[in-house]
Amino acid sequence: MGQLEIEKIDETTFVLQMGPHHPATHGVLKLFCELEGERVKKIVPEVGYLHRGVEKLAEYKTYPAAMTLTDRLDYISSMSNNIAYCLAIERLMGIEPPVRAKFIRTMVAELTRLSSHLLWLATHALDIGAMTVFLYAFREREQILQFFEKICGARLTVSYPRIGGVRLDIKKNVLEEIYEFMKVMLKRVDEYETLLTENRIWIARTKGIGVISPEEAVSLGITGPALRGSGVCYDIRKHAPYDAYSEVDFEVPLGQQGDTYDRYLCRIREMRQSAFIVKQCIEKMPEGEILAEESPDMDLTPQPKRIIKGGESLWSGFVEFTDEKYELIPKGEIYSAVEAPKGELGFYIVSDGGGKPYRMRVRAPSFIHISAIPKLCEGHLLADIIAIIGTLDIVMGEADR
Amino acid sequence: MAQEIGNFQKLIEKIRVLFATEIIEIKEFRGQIAILINKQNAKKIIKYLKEQEGFNHLQDLCGVDYYPEKPRFEVVYNLYSIWRKMHLRVRVKVHEEDPEIDTVTDLWQGANWHERECYDMFGISFKGHAELRRILMPEDWNGHPLRKDYPLKGKEIWSGFRQLFNQNFLDDGGY
Repeated sequence: MGQLEIEKIDETTFVLQMGPHHPATHGVLKLFCELEGERVKKIVPEVGYLHRGVEKLAEYKTYPAAMTLTDRLDYISSMSNNIAYCLAIERLMGIEPPVRAKFIRTMVAELTRLSSHLLWLATHALDIGAMTVFLYAFREREQILQFFEKICGARLTVSYPRIGGVRLDIKKNVLEEIYEFMKVMLKRVDEYETLLTENRIWIARTKGIGVISPEEAVSLGITGPALRGSGVCYDIRKHAPYDAYSEVDFEVPLGQQGDTYDRYLCRIREMRQSAFIVKQCIEKMPEGEILAEESPDMDLTPQPKRIIKGGESLWSGFVEFTDEKYELIPKGEIYSAVEAPKGELGFYIVSDGGGKPYRMRVRAPSFIHISAIPKLCEGHLLADIIAIIGTLDIVMGEADR
Repeated sequence: MAQEIGNFQKLIEKIRVLFATEIIEIKEFRGQIAILINKQNAKKIIKYLKEQEGFNHLQDLCGVDYYPEKPRFEVVYNLYSIWRKMHLRVRVKVHEEDPEIDTVTDLWQGANWHERECYDMFGISFKGHAELRRILMPEDWNGHPLRKDYPLKGKEIWSGFRQLFNQNFLDDGGY
């Protein structure tokens, strides 16, 4: 048990170690569950099994190269991570991407949200015992991944956006295909709802499970649909609009009870809103450039050059340098957050003027959500832990970084 | 929008007057305001911001290492007010010789794991934290990886490696 202190364990109380390899923990998460019979007394989550040191690695890579690391954070919605990173660097450098690039980014971010929510719905339902939804949801997810392949050639680790725009333009026929698919998608969401929303087993397993009050949810740092299920209207797309979110029309679905069922309804409604946003983006997308002129090159030098003092001394064979270096990137620090499918994904970048980030901090929503598991599981049954892990929608790649 | 910016200016002026002795500098960069404060009264100011000014959401808490400089470390709090839609950054300098700062886990429960990670990666300890132990690195790890004097590849092989490697698993299993 290491340093964990779990007080006296008598005949009815025992400690069950769940994970790190368990199909319902969605990755390598370990839970020490102290149980009294089947009821949870205390839970201690253990993370770190997937720690790769992304924050340290980024300090040794140039700004454009460090973007590829962000793909591997939340690997099922890599597009959102890339956009979050690019936005942080753009705000640091003061670059404004072209309008077409903004609309493309908004569209792919919402497609990612759809694919992420589909994966959540599939696995959440599978964990609780509804296998049919899994098969249907993966059918639509496959379509979205194929669109990503048509857009940029990659399905999962896309690295599609770039600092100051996007890497490739989207062809018109692909946009038409996506538009047609969104019409189908709205009907599909209705189909999922017929399987679950009024299903008595689903309601019995989710209603009143993992209830969290709005004040407590904010205090715990929960964000995204999990917070909105408790009725707190906090959506960065509305609070601090980035990209083209200020130009599209959408609603922020809110729950009331703050239980697993409300969070489920929130995400389902969010999927419909995402489909609306994608349609609007395609309708409003203007023609034009996709990359800003000031965008840094992919082979950005890691070290800024020294300033050469004398102009003439260069030719005489003696070059005088000063100790001053010119700045490749403005000095300063910035915190920039986006609404990723899981919650608030923030990047805190400290720049010292060089071509590499001095410090890159990733505020990962899953990390904070896992720390809230003990609070949500209090007094529930062992089987409900599965439902609660599912409803928080965690990805270990992001939590462990 | 203009009104919000006006409100924000008022708030900054208010803080500047209230905590005139504690605040070292107020800096603006790309529209984000960061205040640098003394370590001794950091908790008091953060508590005031949370309870009186409505900065109810702790977006992020992290450490930064400015290696050769003194004081070496910095703890950064990114605060956000959900209803006022305002962002404020609080920076606190921490010396290498005395790497200790008051915890904010009593203000935000979500700060728990942030502080544990900060301790794990930088070795900054948080006074009053209930269970300050490593979170991402193994519990018997030496050193703090995100410090600037810690090499990318690590300093040495994990201390328990040899022991684990030479252990005879076949005997233990009874085969």
